[in-house]
Amino acid sequence: MTDTPLAEPEPRFHRPELGFLGWMSVAILLFWVVVVIFAPWLAPYPESTILTNQSFGPGDAENPMVFGSDYLGRDVLSRLIFGARITLGLAFTATMIAFVLGVTLGFVAGIIGGRTDDFMSRINDAFVSFPSIMLALILVSAFGSSLVLLMLTIGFIEATRVYRIARSLAQNIMVMDFVEVSRARGESIWWILRNEVMPNAFIPLSTDFGLRFTFAILLLSSLSFLGLGVQPPFSDWGSMVKENQAALNYILFYGIKVAGAPLLPAVCIFSVTLANNLLVDWNLSRSQQDISGELIS
Amino acid sequence: MLGRLILRRIALGFVTLFVVSLIVFGGTEVLPGDVAEAVLGQGATPETVAAFRKEMNLDRPAYERYAEWLAGFATGDLGNSLATQRPVADIIAPRVPNTLILGGLAALIAVPLAVGLGLYLAMRPGSVLDRSLTTGSIAIISAPEFLIATLLVLAFAVQLRWLPSLARVPSDAGVLQTLRALAMPVATLSAAVLAPMMRMTRSAILNVLSHPSIEMAILKGVPRRTIILKHALPNAIAPIINVIAVNLAYIIGGVLVVEVIFSYSGVAKLMVDGVASRDIPVVQACAMFFCSIYILFNLIADIVSILANPRLRHSQ
Repeated sequence: MTDTPLAEPEPRFHRPELGFLGWMSVAILLFWVVVVIFAPWLAPYPESTILTNQSFGPGDAENPMVFGSDYLGRDVLSRLIFGARITLGLAFTATMIAFVLGVTLGFVAGIIGGRTDDFMSRINDAFVSFPSIMLALILVSAFGSSLVLLMLTIGFIEATRVYRIARSLAQNIMVMDFVEVSRARGESIWWILRNEVMPNAFIPLSTDFGLRFTFAILLLSSLSFLGLGVQPPFSDWGSMVKENQAALNYILFYGIKVAGAPLLPAVCIFSVTLANNLLVDWNLSRSQQDISGELIS
Repeated sequence: MLGRLILRRIALGFVTLFVVSLIVFGGTEVLPGDVAEAVLGQGATPETVAAFRKEMNLDRPAYERYAEWLAGFATGDLGNSLATQRPVADIIAPRVPNTLILGGLAALIAVPLAVGLGLYLAMRPGSVLDRSLTTGSIAIISAPEFLIATLLVLAFAVQLRWLPSLARVPSDAGVLQTLRALAMPVATLSAAVLAPMMRMTRSAILNVLSHPSIEMAILKGVPRRTIILKHALPNAIAPIINVIAVNLAYIIGGVLVVEVIFSYSGVAKLMVDGVASRDIPVVQACAMFFCSIYILFNLIADIVSILANPRLRHSQ
């Protein structure tokens, strides 16, 4: 047996090409942005109008339905289009809340340090010692699940995760030589924050934003799938998967086409999370990191 | 020295559990008035609400109730379910083994497979297999569990009709019947955990192998076997154990969805039903069950890391 080196060093790319998968991901995300914005113009029917009395049927001559009807006889396609607004809009807002809250507090803790940092970080540790879906269930059982409360709940849970990253970024930057120099120059903390910490933390934080957004979508969808997320009359993709589960029993009679009612919303979720994760992975590979290391928490 | 460090870590685990219990209790009882209304319905009169609050001891200060609740927990008295009035301990006890079997089987399949694949890929970074599996795993990581589960049901229950679509296991079921019922829930869970675990193992090993000491050993002509066993493995054990522990979060999250979709009578399904009906004592007990497991595994991971890597013994 010849001795081969144990491991080739990973090829170093400074800026790997976005590639086919990358451009597909960008296209998918842009597609959903358009759908979210123009939903009322794109949807053939109102989302909650019952158009036929046939569950999981193809519609009729008067009201043809591309993806058929759902368990109540509403148009699946229209509901998918309006569902995009709730799923993506809610997840995006929650991620924004998480970043405003998490980055502000994380920077404060990382820059001030000392007792303040200890105090804040211990409290944060307590929330991080829950799996996030557990925390979500506890908060939902306490506060209920209106759209605003769901947004705040998911925003809060993600904020505890963002806090950790923002804090350690701020800590790492604060011990850099250039911060030392600006301190010696007599710059204020505020100036240092704006001109040294923020620009240096921007790229890693924007990568994290992509990951958090994916998590928010998956967390919201799981909650809705469990029946504890978005409640009627609203519905997001996760609740569509749940409410149309019965279609699987109709396959024997109507054929495989009816599986679209529960499957399509799940595929929509998947298209967004996959596109997002591929872009995050591409972004991380530029700095020799791996997506999986960031995935947890 | 070593013993004290481990004892300190165990003590820290108990502190975490205590803090978690505070959050579980505080979180679920933060809106007691609302709970009374949710349980009694919209039409409850102020008198019935007051009576309910008295019965639930909600009129007493929160810290007293917390102390009682915690003491009850330590002695196995988990309170009574609001929905059925039965003791929570009696409801949860028969379900605990079900959930442990489901999660345990998934871990039993996923952990060796993930670590093995991760190791294998780390030895051949950049190869075709490596690139296709690492990219493919992103797809599984991105998929919600209910998508994986629905696809499995479509394939194996609806089209092929090999497996039942619901994981209802009668108490007198034989081994074969049990395994058939559990096949798809376990497959869903394993797939969901396998992908991130494999990627993390791979990058943890690559990280160790790129260390200068390994390069030095190669240059010195140390045999490959010795390098792996003596130099790489002790340094890789801690990160790998960490990867495994961290991925238990996925199993706990996944169990919730999987038990509901396959209608499996475990603790997770009980908890989801409890949240829906606002059965607070049940939710509290289930939350403590999952959090204790989570904390326990993190504890074990830390202790194994300390034992495997002498440098960690002096970090604090």
